[in-house]
Order: sequence, then structure tokens, then C-alpha cells
Amino acid sequence: MTLLLQFLFSGLTIGAVYALVGIGFNIVYNSTSIINLAQGEFVVIGGLMMWFFHEGMHLPFITSIALTLLTAGLIGLLMERLTIKPLLKRGNLLLMIMVTIAMSILIRGILMFKFGKDPYTYPSFTEGEPIILYGAVITQQTLWAIGITAVCIVLLYLFFNQTLTGKAMKACSLDVEAAKLMGINVSNIVMLSFIISAIIGAIGGIVITPISLMEYDKGAMLSVKGFCVAIMGGLGRSRGAVTGGFILGILESLTAGYIHSGFKDAVALLIMLFILFFRPAGIFGKTETLRLRKF
Amino acid sequence: MKGLFKSVVVFLVFCFILFSYTATSYCKEPYKIGAIFSVTGAASFLGEPEKNTVLMLVDQINKAGGINGHPLEVIIEDSKSDETQAVLSAKKLLEKDNVLAIIGPSTTGESMALVPIMTQAKTPLISAAAGANITQPVKKRYWIFKTAQYDTSAVEAIYNYMKKKGIKKVGIMTITTGFGDAGRKALLELAPKFGISIVADERYGPKDTDMTTQLVKIKSAGAQAVINWSVGPGQVIVTKNWYALKMGIPLFQSHGWGSKKNIELAGKAAEGVIAPLGRLVVWDKLPDKHPQKALLKKYVTDYAARYRSEPGTFGGHAYDALMIVVDALKNVGPDKKKIRDYIENKIKKWPGIGGIFNMSPNDHCGLDMSAFEMVIIKNGKWEILK
Repeated sequence: MTLLLQFLFSGLTIGAVYALVGIGFNIVYNSTSIINLAQGEFVVIGGLMMWFFHEGMHLPFITSIALTLLTAGLIGLLMERLTIKPLLKRGNLLLMIMVTIAMSILIRGILMFKFGKDPYTYPSFTEGEPIILYGAVITQQTLWAIGITAVCIVLLYLFFNQTLTGKAMKACSLDVEAAKLMGINVSNIVMLSFIISAIIGAIGGIVITPISLMEYDKGAMLSVKGFCVAIMGGLGRSRGAVTGGFILGILESLTAGYIHSGFKDAVALLIMLFILFFRPAGIFGKTETLRLRKF
Repeated sequence: MKGLFKSVVVFLVFCFILFSYTATSYCKEPYKIGAIFSVTGAASFLGEPEKNTVLMLVDQINKAGGINGHPLEVIIEDSKSDETQAVLSAKKLLEKDNVLAIIGPSTTGESMALVPIMTQAKTPLISAAAGANITQPVKKRYWIFKTAQYDTSAVEAIYNYMKKKGIKKVGIMTITTGFGDAGRKALLELAPKFGISIVADERYGPKDTDMTTQLVKIKSAGAQAVINWSVGPGQVIVTKNWYALKMGIPLFQSHGWGSKKNIELAGKAAEGVIAPLGRLVVWDKLPDKHPQKALLKKYVTDYAARYRSEPGTFGGHAYDALMIVVDALKNVGPDKKKIRDYIENKIKKWPGIGGIFNMSPNDHCGLDMSAFEMVIIKNGKWEILK
């Protein structure tokens, strides 16, 4: 029982970050139909910039968070304006996806140049004893990670369903042409989607760094896992990405715990293969919507 | 324009120094040694301090009048952490520069690539890498030596300590890289010799973010101690997880643990972590009589003064490689065969940075587990365990 609980919480922590990366994929996918493979890099930006502001420049905690999110948002904005917007008119999806790969390499290079290859970390949000639950040990930062992910999900839900901008973004994801005819400025929506996904990635980075440290090249692996999660839940469905994230995190942890830690990553990829074979629309996606996809 | 002017001035000054230098000592020919290090690329964390160390030593030696009046010239090549490039560099050093010996390369793979070339060229190679295959089988490594300790020696040092403390059941966790694979092999092979049984054998990837699961498994398998074998962020994450879980059993790290950075990153979680480390990190705790102490002190202070950073274990490997060759040159002069024979037979009880070397026809590394001290972290500082 203790063991199982420990594995579950370990899985939930990793799952929370996977979910945030997955959501980032979905937001960009919904407005542009492209996969932003630089999504994992935003997590790294979040962790490293937070270290830079908080530990490097000794700014207060809240200010650091605000500045980190601002920086991430700005990078998302620049990335969209400089690379995606000029290509969007041509409508070549593959080209745009390749550009995002180039961006991820570029960002990684700059981060390596600026921060070097060493890992970075800063103290947990709250210092204190870990919580013991039926013998399982849960650190406070774990609760922060899970809690903040949950808050993000709720806020995004409210944004997409209650605000006009959110509804406009949703409209774009359903039908770009119709949205245009309704007077929605699609170009701005695409920009916004990049900003939001960058900020969400950065939030993931901020909460996970005290647990797992952050170094310049952690993004690639997170992108792969986040992509797995987005596919699992059905591309474009944010609720799917959340469930997918937690499922993947817990499965990895259980595999490591009960089978062998060497098989952990293999299991994640196996699951993705099976889903692509038997439920190509994802666990929660409908097969009919698959035919409407451009990519 | 200013930048250009500056570089021209620097160049001229450089030329001036070079000319005046050769002018004063042209009566004796310089001794040429080659050096190949991974100054850039994936293994640059090894090559950078190695290059710095060699540059510093060459300056010191020449300032003190060179080797028997001959100035020392070390030609440093960057292998870019690439085996092909290492081979090309070696060929250049052998054929164009006619070097008497080569020190380096930094990694095991590059060193292995040079073994046939050096053997054919009948020129000594003193590698700064750790892999056992570099110098074994020793019959086929006539011209090859190395200065980095064997992985197996680090394992022996840990097991030896455990035996003394009555620890019989251990759980091991290793990273899925070359370093972790070699460590895992040594840990599994040597355990029976020390009467130790391995109750859990866990692994993790170099980019994994949480090792709680592996640690919990090790604990529930009834282990009396955990041994973690990795370099990079993994070893810090394991330490943090181990601390959070309050496991109640000691955590041992590999000889890759000896960086101040690890203590900084792990914070108070690092308290009580034990690792077999070279004496470089604990030189100030050694008794004054220890043959390595004066040497280590000079190296650490000189390096810090020149580069404003701490020298790591890796710079020490280059230090030992260069000084062994210099010692040979001093005694037998510029003859490749005589240099080789001197290194094999005369480097005995020779204090270096990595340990006290005892080369022999059967051992071209000359270090065993006595090169390591068991070091524990107390109040954020390294302490030697007795």
C-alpha cells in the first residue's frame, strides 16, 4: 500500500509537467494545425529564467515569477511573429513544423551559451518537512506542482469558455475560414496561442526545477513526452492532454516500481504506438474528427 | 577598428615574446610533446581543465629553466570530443611535429582509437581517460599508459569501507550511459569478493526527473545502503530524493561526485553522503607528512590564482600525464623507447594529483583503491572518513 501510494505520487508529479507540455501543444495546434516542437524548450526557459531572476539577481520570489512568465511570453511572441507569421500565408504545415524544430535548436544553443551545461536549481516554494501519508513521503513541492497544474487547467477552461478572446480562439480551432468571416483577427489569435503556450510551458519549468533541477538540454525529452501525451488524449483536446499526462506519469512510475526502471521510457513509447494503431484519434478523440485534420 | 588594433598589438607582443624567448634559449633544442584534449564538444568539461592545467605547467617549467636546460614545448590539439579528429590530431603530431610522446586524449573512446596508431609509431601515449581497456591487456599496450583511476578501484574502495562497517546487503542504481554501464558491471562483478549481496539493481536515464521510485524499491528490498553511480544532474536528484524519503540507510556516490557544485545544488540533502574521491578535494585535511599534500596545495592555489576556478579531478589527470613524461625526459633525455621504459619501471611511489603511482610491466595505470579516500559531507564540507 505504502509502495503503491509512493509510486502514484511520484507519477503524479511527473505527470503534471507532462500535462502542461501537452496542453501547450494543443493550444498551438488548435489555432494553427501545427505541432510546436519547441514546446519543451519553454519549460527549460521557465526553470532557467526563474533561477536567473531569483538566485542570480536576488529578486523577490513573486517578482521573479512575473518576470519569468513575461520573458517566456515575449519569446513565444517573437517566435510567432518572426518565424510562423511569414510562413502562415503559404500554408505549408510541414515547413512550419520544421521551423519549430529549428527554433528549439536555436533556443537550446542560446541557453547553453548563457547558462552553460551545468544544472541549476533553487529552493522549494515552501520550506518544511515532507508530508507522510500512510507511510508514503510527499514533498511540499510535489503538492505545489500538482496544485499549480490544476489551477492552470481551471483558468484555461474558464478562459476558453467564458471570455470573448477565449471563445474566438476556440472558434479558430473549429474553422479558421468561418472565424475570419465572423471578423476574428486570426493572425492575433495565432500570436496569442504561442504566448499562452509559452507561458504554460514556463509555469511547468518553474514548479519542476526545485524537484528535478534544470539544464539547457532537458527540453527535447519533455517535448517527446508531451507530444506522447497530446496524442494519447487526442490531439487538440486539452482535457485529453491532462488525463494523458497523469496516465503516462503514473504508468512510467509503476513500470519503474513493479517491473524494472530500465523499461520506463520504453513503456511510454509502446503505449503511444498501441494508441496510434488501435485508436489513432487518441483515447478521448472521436475517429470522425480525425478525417477533418489537416495534419 | 579598436578591436582589430588591439588584436594586432596582442599579436605583435606575442611575436616579440616568442622571438626573445627563442633567442635566449636557442642553444638547446626544445623538447616537443603532443597533447590531445576534448577542449570543445560533448566532453569539453574534461578537456577544458586539462588544457588549462597543461598550459600552466608548461609556463612554470620553462620559467624554472626548462628540462635540463631544454625548453618544453607542448603542442595542444583539440579533438572536439570526436574519435576521428583525435586520430587526425595524433597523426599530425607524430608526422609533422615529431613529438616525443602524446598526453591525452580525454575520453576512453578516443584513447582506444589511438592505441593502434601509437603502437605502430612506437611512441608513448599517456591517456587521461579512465576505461580499463586502455591499458589492458597490458601485453598489447606496450606503449600505452593512463593516469585516471580505474572504475573498479572506486568500487573496491566503497566495498572495502562497507565490509568494515558490516554492510552486507546493498541496492545499486546506475545511469544508462557509458559511465553508468561500466560502474554497474564493476559493482555486480566485485560484490561477491567482499561478501556483499546486491538486493536491487535499478537504472535511470540521464534526463530523468525523479528517482523516488527506484529508491523506494531499494529500501523495500531490504538494502542496508544505496550506491548511486552517475555523473551530471542525476546524482543530485538522487540525493534530494534520498533526503526527502528519510530512508535511514546511507547513500554512497561514485568517484564522479567530487565537485563543490554538487554540494551547492543538493544543499542540506547532501549531508552524510559518502563517496570515494581523489585527495584533491580534501588536500587541506591531509596530514602534513602525506607525500601528496604539498603537491596538491600548490596545484589548487596556482590553478585558482590563474583561472579563478577550482581545478577538478580531470585537470589532475592531465597534470600527472605531463609530469610523468617530464620526469622521464629529465632522466633519460629525448628517446621514445627510453621514455617508455622509464615510465614502466621507474615510476614507483611517485606522488601525483590522482594518487601515488606504482607503474610496472603488469600495470600501466599504477593506481589502486588506495588512490581514493572515503569522503563524507559534513556541514557542507568534505571530510575524510577514517
